Amino acid sequence: MFGLDKKDTTLLIIVAALTLAAPFLLNPFPTDSAMAQFNAGYPDLMQRFVIFGIFAIGFNILFGLTGYLSFGHAAFLGVGSYSAVWMFKLLSMNVLPAILLSVVVAGVFALLIGFVSLRRSGIYFSILTLAFAQMSFNLAYSVLTPITNGETGLQLTLDDPRVLGSSSTADGSIPVTNLFGAEMRATYEMVVGPWNFQFNTGYYLSAILMLLSFYLAIRIFRSPFGMMLRAVKSNQTRMNYTGLNSRPYTLAAFVISGMYAGLAGGLMASMDPLAGAERMQWTASGEVVLMTILGGAGTLIGPVLGAGFIKYFENIFSKINEGILHSWFSFMPDGLEDTLIALVYPFIGKGWHLTLGILFMLVVIFLPGGLVEGGQRIGRLFRRKKSGQETDKSTQSTPAE
Amino acid sequence: MGILEVKNVNKRFGGLQALGDVNLSVAENSCHAIIGPNGAGKSTLLNVLVGKLIPDTGSVMFDGQSVLGRKPFEINQMGISRVFQTPEIFGDLSVLENMMIPIFAKRDGSFRMHAIESSAQEKEIIEKAEAMLEDLNMADKRHFHSASMSRGDKRRLEIGMCLAQNPRLLLLDEPTAGMARADTNNTIDLLKQIKDERDITIAIIEHDMHVVFSLAERITVLAQGTPLVEDTPEKIKGHPKVREAYLGEAA
Repeated sequence: MFGLDKKDTTLLIIVAALTLAAPFLLNPFPTDSAMAQFNAGYPDLMQRFVIFGIFAIGFNILFGLTGYLSFGHAAFLGVGSYSAVWMFKLLSMNVLPAILLSVVVAGVFALLIGFVSLRRSGIYFSILTLAFAQMSFNLAYSVLTPITNGETGLQLTLDDPRVLGSSSTADGSIPVTNLFGAEMRATYEMVVGPWNFQFNTGYYLSAILMLLSFYLAIRIFRSPFGMMLRAVKSNQTRMNYTGLNSRPYTLAAFVISGMYAGLAGGLMASMDPLAGAERMQWTASGEVVLMTILGGAGTLIGPVLGAGFIKYFENIFSKINEGILHSWFSFMPDGLEDTLIALVYPFIGKGWHLTLGILFMLVVIFLPGGLVEGGQRIGRLFRRKKSGQETDKSTQSTPAE
Repeated sequence: MGILEVKNVNKRFGGLQALGDVNLSVAENSCHAIIGPNGAGKSTLLNVLVGKLIPDTGSVMFDGQSVLGRKPFEINQMGISRVFQTPEIFGDLSVLENMMIPIFAKRDGSFRMHAIESSAQEKEIIEKAEAMLEDLNMADKRHFHSASMSRGDKRRLEIGMCLAQNPRLLLLDEPTAGMARADTNNTIDLLKQIKDERDITIAIIEHDMHVVFSLAERITVLAQGTPLVEDTPEKIKGHPKVREAYLGEAA
């Protein structure tokens, strides 16, 4: 189906089902239960899951296939956001032209940076992209203040000269982003017993775009183009002596992944119409590298998992504070309770980075293939139990992808 | 006039004359070996032939066109394929995919995206690749991870990948270096078979005399950067200058 083989179609359908049912799946705990703080099914966070999913899928097309590690991908995300906000300010509050412009601008930007950076490979390429991203960050932060509004960040105001549409609504507020009238912030709440499920227009727009991006990524992975990209990663010498110029391939991959980042940036601005320079900072570039490696670089689903995993930690773990810990461990004797809290405390709240760092280390050391490899190992374990001796044969010469 | 003409090539690295007045002519559809003791300039010569090094003076013409200063992929597109001393294959890819890439490259030139079509549906390419693997007796290994194969199999695959593009000139750089005796003999047989079945010119740089004398029709002996003699294998075997170069004055 859709020009994919059976395995990929199944994967796509599973991802689609999970994404579309996310408001249910991410909200397993009743609203007033003690576990409710682990619910991730609210619009803001779900949007972030899929938007960073798009970002990581795009990054993986470059890093996973060609092995070129870009440390400056956040620049394209930021450029996408700025373009989208400008489109809201000047043209209309419809998200479609904004998203289109952010993809195009990020693509052009990636073409320029890629053209220069791809003259080198390995660590030199990484440093070049990092330098470009930091340059972009500084430009956005100070030099280009008229365009980016400097450290305050670019925001909508009441006197934006919007060509299609009004500068402000009848009641004197800034109009909201929409898709042909459907407001991005509109949320339908479904209350089932103690549960409260939220269906948000913005989330579903982002989710559909993520599914399209994911589908396109599968097609690229399985195409002759994808094979050439893997060949670049595997052996450039042989590639060149086979009559192939590797530069156009890597540049195409770079631009495609830049456009994915632009799409993510445009979507971010569509959900919440502001753009700040911090979106381009190197920490943001590093985050997408972490997501991809944590999930499994070079795999299809890995980057999406990694993005979800990190964003979940960032939003849920960071919210746990001392008070919550006290309520969890209150059944223990006082001395023990305090010791335990003192031990756990550095890893939660503002310390969630510590937890993430440790998890990242564990994954890289024990599961070099990321969360996907973990999943595969568990899957193999189950299959072995089921079919006993047969598996000895099947594990022997399974073709590598 | 040969298909590959090297004229008056000189190359210096600082104070070292790596190549001095090298003249070489490789006749079309022949197998020409270049031998010489360590440091004779064999590898430098090969790097000049594939455009990787630009000589200080002289010219290298392939089929009437200069190869100097061209990029590796352009050299390949002129019809020159190169086999490396350590097999250069796409280690992360399966054997079949390894074989498909040169065929794609031949069909599409140096860049064509095909980002949406599925490579599994490129019937014609797969058929060609499988036929080539069949010729190499590697059809049963088509799904192997190519990095996990033996040195001999990797070499076989690499030669096959070069042949899949129907090159006019095949350059081999010590194709049996570091190989077990059985693998060496297999490689010799494969090269003999290629020589008999195809219209192809083979230029081979080799250390192993067994390989050279089983394959070459003409041999050039290189010593200290200059060609000592060029002749048929029979005459080279007994040539006093060659003995001298290899075994030293005392012999």
